[in-house]
Amino acid sequence: MGKWTRRAFITTGVLTGGALVLGVAIRPGNRAGKVKDMIAGEGDTVLNIWLKINADNTITVIVPHAEMGQGAHTTLPMMLADEMDADWKTVTMLEAPGNKEYANYALAKGFIMGGKEVPSILIGTVDGLFLTATKQMSLQVTGGSASVRCTGMHAMRVAGAAARAVLLEAAAEQWEVDPEDLVVKESYISHPESNRTGPFASFVEKAADLSQPAKPKLKSSEEFTIMGTSPPRFDIPAKVNGTATFGMDVVLPNMKYATIQASPVFGARVQPIDQEAIKGMPGVHKIVNLNGAVAVIADGYWQAKQALNALTIEYEKTDNDAVAQNDIYDRYLKDMDAAIADGKEEEDVKKGDVKNAFANANNVIEAEYRVPYLAHATMEPMNCTALVNSEGCELWVGSQNPLGFANSVAEVLDMDTENVIVHNQYLGGGFGRRAMPDVAVQAALIAKEVDYPVKLIWSREEDIRQDHYREANISRFKAALNDTGQITAWNNQFVFKHDPPEAPHIPYGVDHQYIHYAESTTHVPWGYWRSVDSSMHGFFTESFMDELAFNANKDPYEFRREHLANSPRFLKVLDMAAEKANWGESLPANWGRGISIHQSFGTIVAQVAEIEIIGDTVKVHRVVCAADPGFAFHPNGFTAQMESGIVYGLTAALYGEITIENGGVVQSNFHDYQLLRMNESPTIETYIINSNEWPGGAGEPSTPGIAPAVTNAIFNATGVRIRELPVKNHNLNAKPTLIG
Amino acid sequence: MILSINNTTHEVDVDSATSLLWVIREQVGLTGTKFGCGIGQCGACTVQLDGVAIRSCLTPVQSAEGKEITTIEGIAPNETELHVIQQAWIEEQIPQCGYCQSGQIVAVHALLTNNAAPTDDEIDEAMIGNVCRCGTYPRVRKGIKRAAAEMMTASNTKNENDGEMD
Repeated sequence: MGKWTRRAFITTGVLTGGALVLGVAIRPGNRAGKVKDMIAGEGDTVLNIWLKINADNTITVIVPHAEMGQGAHTTLPMMLADEMDADWKTVTMLEAPGNKEYANYALAKGFIMGGKEVPSILIGTVDGLFLTATKQMSLQVTGGSASVRCTGMHAMRVAGAAARAVLLEAAAEQWEVDPEDLVVKESYISHPESNRTGPFASFVEKAADLSQPAKPKLKSSEEFTIMGTSPPRFDIPAKVNGTATFGMDVVLPNMKYATIQASPVFGARVQPIDQEAIKGMPGVHKIVNLNGAVAVIADGYWQAKQALNALTIEYEKTDNDAVAQNDIYDRYLKDMDAAIADGKEEEDVKKGDVKNAFANANNVIEAEYRVPYLAHATMEPMNCTALVNSEGCELWVGSQNPLGFANSVAEVLDMDTENVIVHNQYLGGGFGRRAMPDVAVQAALIAKEVDYPVKLIWSREEDIRQDHYREANISRFKAALNDTGQITAWNNQFVFKHDPPEAPHIPYGVDHQYIHYAESTTHVPWGYWRSVDSSMHGFFTESFMDELAFNANKDPYEFRREHLANSPRFLKVLDMAAEKANWGESLPANWGRGISIHQSFGTIVAQVAEIEIIGDTVKVHRVVCAADPGFAFHPNGFTAQMESGIVYGLTAALYGEITIENGGVVQSNFHDYQLLRMNESPTIETYIINSNEWPGGAGEPSTPGIAPAVTNAIFNATGVRIRELPVKNHNLNAKPTLIG
Repeated sequence: MILSINNTTHEVDVDSATSLLWVIREQVGLTGTKFGCGIGQCGACTVQLDGVAIRSCLTPVQSAEGKEITTIEGIAPNETELHVIQQAWIEEQIPQCGYCQSGQIVAVHALLTNNAAPTDDEIDEAMIGNVCRCGTYPRVRKGIKRAAAEMMTASNTKNENDGEMD
């Protein structure tokens, strides 16, 4: 990945050093590019993706998303290069600087055009973003599985096609021929009739002067030459020899190190601490009391951590000092009951006449499920390097939301956002955690106290105890089955609702549905966690479907099929998973199979888990995953994301649990927040269905379905129905808890 | 204190109890070795001491004195070539976020140096201490097998050539 110097981009003109920098804009007064009116639509916002054709005919694609292992730095340039008919071997990329000029308007447009609700992760720290298209927008977020389906579809492909169109036009003018007679291939334009050929770079000057609007036509999938292939990812070579620079690895002249401890009870204030406490500690420079947290600055992390450990820190009392996990669940239940009693349910889906359907039913099944809080536990603990002086603030950090970080830091430092510069680094895992600016705010406040750069590093204990957690939740179901085993009514209530909005919705044909939720309150901070609400609802709805199949005395796969008769896309994915997993074939004793299907972020994923009960534990041997993302632009990368999401979701299903006691988090590190390891990792087979529907995401959609596939398989093997995660808390040899 | 890292000698001025990890990262400036948990549970900080994979976060620097320390920066045979393991990591497109991969590769290097053809169980045993949150385990397993096969082929070819020369 190339590096931006502080002002490199801003001063880059349309033509510098023989390079064409093409800006694609779709608002009046197009400020940087020569291509206008590329996408119709009045009052449209700016689509601000760039590419550079260099003098040596190589192409640099500028990507407004962070690389956190999902492959965006490779797949997005592929989309642009393919539309441009560029030579992939000569394409490189740069990550766009965290700057307003690069605000990712394509994300906004993706959701507006798709007619979908905007995932709130995209809103960052800016208010009311999508309510008024005229408002200044501030999006440069990597999350919501949005890189390909928004930036890629609305910006990269259009930018590539526009560049191709304008270059063709330039070539036609230069050679005085009809553009229809020109051929573009691998970054060269040729005119076969006159036997002339020239590289893109030779038409750049003319292209820059063109004032004609270009109307780019996008390719159909049959015309793709790069999209749908799997070239090696750009970021991998630096990740095998230790040279990739993560936020943790940034080194600046005169830099010192800090570490921090925030109050164990979220929001509690720290009592004043005397600087005398660190007197005589070699290499230890300063205590910074941020009120809610205490930081120590030293020559190295080790010294800072030893000094922090030696401090006696006292906290002011809060109303939450005695809160325990069960208090939180009790409150949820109270609020859920109250919402119904007071008629204050938040309605999500209301279809048919649920009341009447239940009144006429003679087989009603009820079940309640729970999931715990979850931490993200990115491999790279939170960190941020900050330098604050009279000119402004510079941050070196791996961020899913660089503009949000800049805004938050500008606010606490009371300076203009323009004066906060974010140098984004590789992310050692994101999963939603690095969309939260807390560590950057802390680093800036610490660095403000000194005249040198400070690298703030969180300990793993801090990372586990000061996360923004996937919420604990309770989901209650009631369904009615008729005499032929068809679901006639579906009632589901849970707490809270974030993203994606369709998370609790079912793809099944049920005439009478009432899906609703209650608001509740907790002092535990919430955050985006891989697949967000779907990480719970996949487990809830697909477990309950399995319970209904059992009650209807039907095979769980066949039962789902019957209820998907009018959803051919889902049916195809489900069938693929079942077929590849040899559904129905017999298994040895103590083995079981479970199936699930869930759509999130536009991608449908079905999974079959094959498990074995060994003693009182479960071993997941094999996972078959079938997915329809519309189109997999980089099939190997898409497969890698399916594998990754499954291991992440399986870790949570088997082990993931953050519990609250005395107002704070009990767990502290990987010994008590257990992670899945190599010996526990199943073989994973991924099958992709390109339905050519609008592209869905890759990074998140495989996470929701693994927990129910595994717990349904456990039921299949043992008759034990797991209604509360994680699995580790259950005795799998216990007497079966069948319902009905 | 004198340390030998990747066959280069470094003089460092640190408290002898300091964790080797932070000396390697901050004093010596080799940032390929990562901090993950600080309690030897994740393997991001894996380096080799005289060829044995260890968790540098739990190792006091004094216990590395007089031993040869190998980090991810010292795995490749030279500056222009990659090690067969690193090459296999590219071929199999293993890393995602990449943060744990230095530790994974250093651990695999120690494994394959001692066991040219590890079984799945032996791979599990050797790699149980290296956590990957991106879930690259199935690919790491493939990468180990690819690297082992290629190292075996290279060594057989060498042996054959040596045989012909005899």
